[in-house]
Amino acid sequence: MSFFSYAWDWVTTDAHWHGSGSIPQQLVAHLGYSGLPLLIAALIAIPLGVLIGHTGRGAVLVVNLANAWRAIPTLGLLILLAVYFGFTLFTWLIPLVVLAIPPILVNVYEGVAGVDPGVKDAAKGMGMTPWQQVVKVEVPIALPLILVGLRTGAIFVVATATIAAYIGLGGLGRFIIDGLANTQYGPVAGGALLVVILALLVLGLFSLLSRLLVPAGLRGAGRDNQ
Amino acid sequence: MMWSWIPSNWSEIWELTRENAFLGIVSPLIGLAISLPLGVVAARWRWFYPPTLVFVNVIYAIPSLALFIALIPAFGLTDTTVVIGLTVFSLCVILPNVVEGLRGVPRPVKQAATAMGYGPLRRLITVELPLATPVIIAGLRVGVVSSVSLASVGQIIGVSSLGYLFIDGEQRDFPTEIYVGLFMVIALAVVCDLILVGVRRALTPWASGRNRAAGERPRWVLTQRAPARVS
Repeated sequence: MSFFSYAWDWVTTDAHWHGSGSIPQQLVAHLGYSGLPLLIAALIAIPLGVLIGHTGRGAVLVVNLANAWRAIPTLGLLILLAVYFGFTLFTWLIPLVVLAIPPILVNVYEGVAGVDPGVKDAAKGMGMTPWQQVVKVEVPIALPLILVGLRTGAIFVVATATIAAYIGLGGLGRFIIDGLANTQYGPVAGGALLVVILALLVLGLFSLLSRLLVPAGLRGAGRDNQ
Repeated sequence: MMWSWIPSNWSEIWELTRENAFLGIVSPLIGLAISLPLGVVAARWRWFYPPTLVFVNVIYAIPSLALFIALIPAFGLTDTTVVIGLTVFSLCVILPNVVEGLRGVPRPVKQAATAMGYGPLRRLITVELPLATPVIIAGLRVGVVSSVSLASVGQIIGVSSLGYLFIDGEQRDFPTEIYVGLFMVIALAVVCDLILVGVRRALTPWASGRNRAAGERPRWVLTQRAPARVS
């Protein structure tokens, strides 16, 4: 049998849709475990990225941080914290937040720093205050890249929340980790399929957001940035 | 931290490092081998590129653990499963850089090569690919560093890598082992990255300091053409 037939059989079994630890419950849990860290990371990374992009200070740090980020094995980091502190809210939340920051930060920075100097001069020349320049000109122009950063961060947290099931986090990863522990491929395949669907929905959501939010004049640029 | 654990278990640590290096290096190299012809096609026939990019973005959104699991029925709990998964992810970061690198070759340079009597193939191999090398290697660096790190996730489905030190350390409640695993993964990634920087310098000796810096992150390649992935 192929992956899809295993996954389909498991997902379409009626019993898996009811009771505690059912598919709808873990799906909602997964959304929460991904959404919360993404939200916190965005609240930190967007203002910081705008600040660094606008002033140009700390740019080298941001780029190096984003490079170093790729080398970090998240599984190891999660397990290390779990061994020290047991499984608590902070054991999974802090690594997810900290690791979701770099992709958002670097894109926001690149977006804001990449705004055409002529456009910035024009904004200044029209008498805009620095705050107005940032909010009315730089951020809207940087929006396509800001959304790319948020998308990368979102995809990251969905994937990492799955792996965090290994240290005890709920969500769709539970089906995978518990299934592997019991050597049952059904829930493993089913959980994986649901995670993939969730990740693709996130991708679709961001492509919709970029259609809705990006100013019409920048739409071509937005497509280029993907 | 129990330092004495390291020398007494060094042979095992080294073996796991070798396995991790194999998974993390072979995959992006296969990814490069697939990306080059595809990239040449996408750079030449423009209509081919947008759908490829959509495909790449979709594949790249798949969590690594889920992709490994999807490959199990076909390839079992083997290295092949992890190598294929990591190859696919590497492809997603290398291919856009191949295309952008080739597209970034200045038109007058291509015209000069044609004027000198170069055919399309010879022009591609002796002029365009060498000029695109810095951008292609920038993509390869992302592919190698993230594959080295991601290979450890394969341990969850039982494919041996430095991830073993994480999982064993967790089961034995032994932080030293986890620290060693983290250190070795990062060290391996850094060493591979430095080697690739060396390779780029050797392959593009004409690039001066300033040009080289431009080659690494040229204006036409946004860093997120090669977004990082760590899980």
